[in-house]
Amino acid sequence: MTLPILQVEGYGKHFQLHEQHKLIPSSHNVNFSVSAGCLTALVGPTGAGKSSVLKGVYRTYLPSAGRILYRDAMGHELDLVLASEHQILELRRREIGFVTQFLHCLPRQATLDVVAQPLLALGVSRIDARQRAAELLSAMNLPERLWSVSPATFSGGERQRVNLARGFIAKPRLLLLDEPTASLDPATTEQVIGLIEGLKSEGMAMLAIFHHPETTSRLADQVVELAPPPAVEELLKEIA
Amino acid sequence: MNAMTPAKTGNAYNFGFLDEYAKKEVRRAVLKAIAIPGYQVPYASREMPMGRGFGTGGLQLTLSLIGPDEVVKVIDQGSDDSVNAVNLRHFIEMTCPGVSTTTKTAECTLIQSRHRIPELPLTSTQIIVLQVPYPDPLVVVEPSEDKRKTMHGEADYSRLLVKLYEDIVKFDEITISHRYPTRINGHYVIDPSPIPRWDVPKLNASASLILFGAGREKKIYAVPPYTKAEPLAFSDVPFRVEDFRDEQGRRRACARCGCVDSFLDEFVADSGSKTWQCSDSDWCDGHATKSILARQTQGEPA
Amino acid sequence: MNKILEVRNLSKIYGPGCPQCLESTGPEADTNLCPHCGSVVAIHDVSFDLFEGEILGVMGESGSGKSTVVKNLYFDQAPSGGEAIFYDRDKQHDLFALNAAQQRWLRNHRFGMVYQNPHLGLNFNISAGGNIAERLLMSDLMDYGAIRERAKALLARTEVLLSRVDDLPRNFSGGMQQRVQIAKALATQPPLLFLDEVTTGLDLSVQARILDLILEIQQELKTAMVVVTHDLGVIRLLTGRAIVMKYGRVIEAGLTDQILEDPQHAYTQRLVASAL
Repeated sequence: MTLPILQVEGYGKHFQLHEQHKLIPSSHNVNFSVSAGCLTALVGPTGAGKSSVLKGVYRTYLPSAGRILYRDAMGHELDLVLASEHQILELRRREIGFVTQFLHCLPRQATLDVVAQPLLALGVSRIDARQRAAELLSAMNLPERLWSVSPATFSGGERQRVNLARGFIAKPRLLLLDEPTASLDPATTEQVIGLIEGLKSEGMAMLAIFHHPETTSRLADQVVELAPPPAVEELLKEIA
Repeated sequence: MNAMTPAKTGNAYNFGFLDEYAKKEVRRAVLKAIAIPGYQVPYASREMPMGRGFGTGGLQLTLSLIGPDEVVKVIDQGSDDSVNAVNLRHFIEMTCPGVSTTTKTAECTLIQSRHRIPELPLTSTQIIVLQVPYPDPLVVVEPSEDKRKTMHGEADYSRLLVKLYEDIVKFDEITISHRYPTRINGHYVIDPSPIPRWDVPKLNASASLILFGAGREKKIYAVPPYTKAEPLAFSDVPFRVEDFRDEQGRRRACARCGCVDSFLDEFVADSGSKTWQCSDSDWCDGHATKSILARQTQGEPA
Repeated sequence: MNKILEVRNLSKIYGPGCPQCLESTGPEADTNLCPHCGSVVAIHDVSFDLFEGEILGVMGESGSGKSTVVKNLYFDQAPSGGEAIFYDRDKQHDLFALNAAQQRWLRNHRFGMVYQNPHLGLNFNISAGGNIAERLLMSDLMDYGAIRERAKALLARTEVLLSRVDDLPRNFSGGMQQRVQIAKALATQPPLLFLDEVTTGLDLSVQARILDLILEIQQELKTAMVVVTHDLGVIRLLTGRAIVMKYGRVIEAGLTDQILEDPQHAYTQRLVASAL
C-alpha cells in the first residue's frame, strides 16, 4: 500500500467579511486522504463546503484551520497551508492540476493554444503541445472547426470540454475536479469517464466532486461525506 | 608679464590686443582641452571689436598663442584673400607688430581658418585654429545644456546615431556634409566646425595640434596630435568623403591648376555653366606653378 | 527557479518629511499626505520578491503608490529609503548604490519599461523604427543592417504594419503607440520588464490584443515582469502573484487567484467586490 499523495487533516475554512461584519463558515473539520491511481469523491448537500475543500487544497482559499499534507514527486512531504507562494506556483505548474467550473482564458486565444498552455509552461515545444491538445480535444468530441477559435463564444458544454482537456494534458500527479461533467451530454460524459479511468490507471490521483451520484459510484474508489459546517455561533465559540 | 607698454609699441593696444590675464585664461583652457581630448572647455570669451559670428573665438585663440616670431596664415573657406580672412589678417598685423603673415601653408607656424583645413599635411611645429559657430553636436537632439553635459559625460550619443540611422533610411546614405560628428580618443564626440567631410580624416593622428574656438558659445576644445578621430558611422555603412566624379565617373580636375586630389569648389557662371576649382588657394597656386614649370621644361609656352 | 529582484522596505517621500510622517499616513490614516509637514508619503516599506520568468501584479487605486514603485526601480526617481537587489546571471547589483552610469547601463541592457503615456517611453520626433534603433544603439549595437532587421522584426512581432516602420509615432493610434513602446522595451531582450498601466485608457479590443502580446512574449522569452494596474481583469489574466497597495503601503500579498477569490484585508475585499 503506497503512501497517500494527499492527506487532509482537520481542514476548516471560514470567511471574514469585514465591511459587513460577518463571519461565513464554509468547511469544518474535514479529514481524508487521496492515493495514486485512486479517485476520492467528496459528496454532501449544497453548502457542505465541497468546492471549498478543493480550493483550499489548491490554495485559491487560505485554509483557516488544519493541515494539507502533500507528498511531492521526490517523496518529500509538505504542508500546503504553510508552503510559500513560490512553492505553490511550482506545484501547480508541475504536479497539481485543477479543473474548475469556469474557464478563464485570454479573450482571443485559440482553443488549441488554451489547451496546450500547461505543456508550454513545462517547456514542451509548441508543435508537440498543440499536437497533444488536438488529440485530447478529439477524444472529447470537440469539433475541429472550433479549435482555432477562442472559447469565449462556446456553449457551457463546449467550454467544459476545453477546461477538462487543459486539466488533463499535463498529466499532473494530483488532479482536482469540480463537477467536471455537469454541463455535458451523456455521450461526452461517457468519453470523459473513460478518460478519467485511463488516467487513474496511469497512476494519477484524483479528488473530485461529481454532479451525478451514478458518476460518483462508477469512478470513486473512496467516498467522503461532508456535512455543512456548524452555525456561526458554534464556530465563534471554537475560534475564541 | 611680458606685455610691451604702449609707448614702446607705438599703438594703444597690448601686444595681441587681449590683456595678459585674458590670454592666460585662454591658454589654461587650451591646456585643459588638450588634456581631455574633445571636451568642450568653457572660458570667458572676451568682447572683440567685431561681431560674434565673424571668428571671435578663433581669433582669441590665435591672439593668445601668438609669439613675436610667429608666422601667421589666415584663410576663410580655403582662401587667403576672401574679405573676412583679409580683415582678420590686418587686425593681427595691427595688434601684433613684428609678427609675419603669409599665404604659404608650408611657411607658417599658426593658421587661423574658417571652414577648411589646408590640403598640405601640417607638421608638428604648426598649430591650426578653427572657427566654430556651434561647438556641441548634441544641440540638435537635446535643448537642455545640463542634459547634454550628462550625455557627453556618459558618452551617450545614441540620439545622434539615430539621426544617422534615419538619414540612411530616407536617403540610403548619411547626408551630413559639414560638421560631421566625430569621436575623439574614444569618448567625446565633437562638432569639428563646418569643415567638409573631406577634411575630417585630417583630424585623425594629425602631426599638428588642432584647436577649436567658439566665441559666441564660449567654448574651446582640441584634437591633440596623434589622437584618434573617428567620424560616427555604422559598422556596415562606413564614413566616406565627397565624391568629385563627373557623370562619366572621371574624377574632376581643378580648372585652374589641374589638380585631381584636392577639395573642389563649384562655381556656376551666369550662363549656367559650372567650373570646379581648388578651394585651398595656396595649394592651387602651388600646383598651378608646378604645372607651368612642368610645361616649360617640356617646351610648351607658359 | 531563481530570484531576479529583491525589494526591501522601499520608500519615497516627496517633501521635507518629519518624524510624524509615517504614523500620520497610510491606509489607517486614509491619506498619504502628512498633516504636519505637508509631505507626501508616496510609498513606504514596500517589499517583494520577483523570480525569473514570473509576472507579479502591483494593484491599487489612484494614489496607492503603485507607479512610484516601478519609477524608482527603473531609476526615473531616487527613493528616500530601502534597497533593491537585481540578480543578473552570476552577478548581483545593489540598485540604489550604483552610480548614474551603472544605472544607465542596467536600464539600457537589462531592464525594459512601458509607460501608460507613450510620450514618456517614445521619442515623438523620430520614426517608430528609429525609436527601436535608438534603444539598440544605446545597447551598443552598431551595425545598421542588423539594427534595421531587428527593428522590423520587433514591430512585426507587436503587430505594427511594416509599412509604418518609418512613420512618426504621432500619426499612430494609442494602441499602436503602446505596441511600439513594447517593441522598443523588448529590443534588448531584457530579463526584467516593468509595465505601468499599459492598457489603461485603450479600447477593450486593443487592450485584449496587447495583453495577448504580453503573455505570448512572456512565454517565448521568459521575461520577468512587474505589471502595475488598477484593473482586476488585467491582474487576473496576466499575473500569478500580486501585491495590493493602498496609500503607499502594501496591505496584502499572495497568489493572484487567492487574492481575487479569498481576499483577507477589508480594502481588498471592497476592491474585488467593486469589479464590474
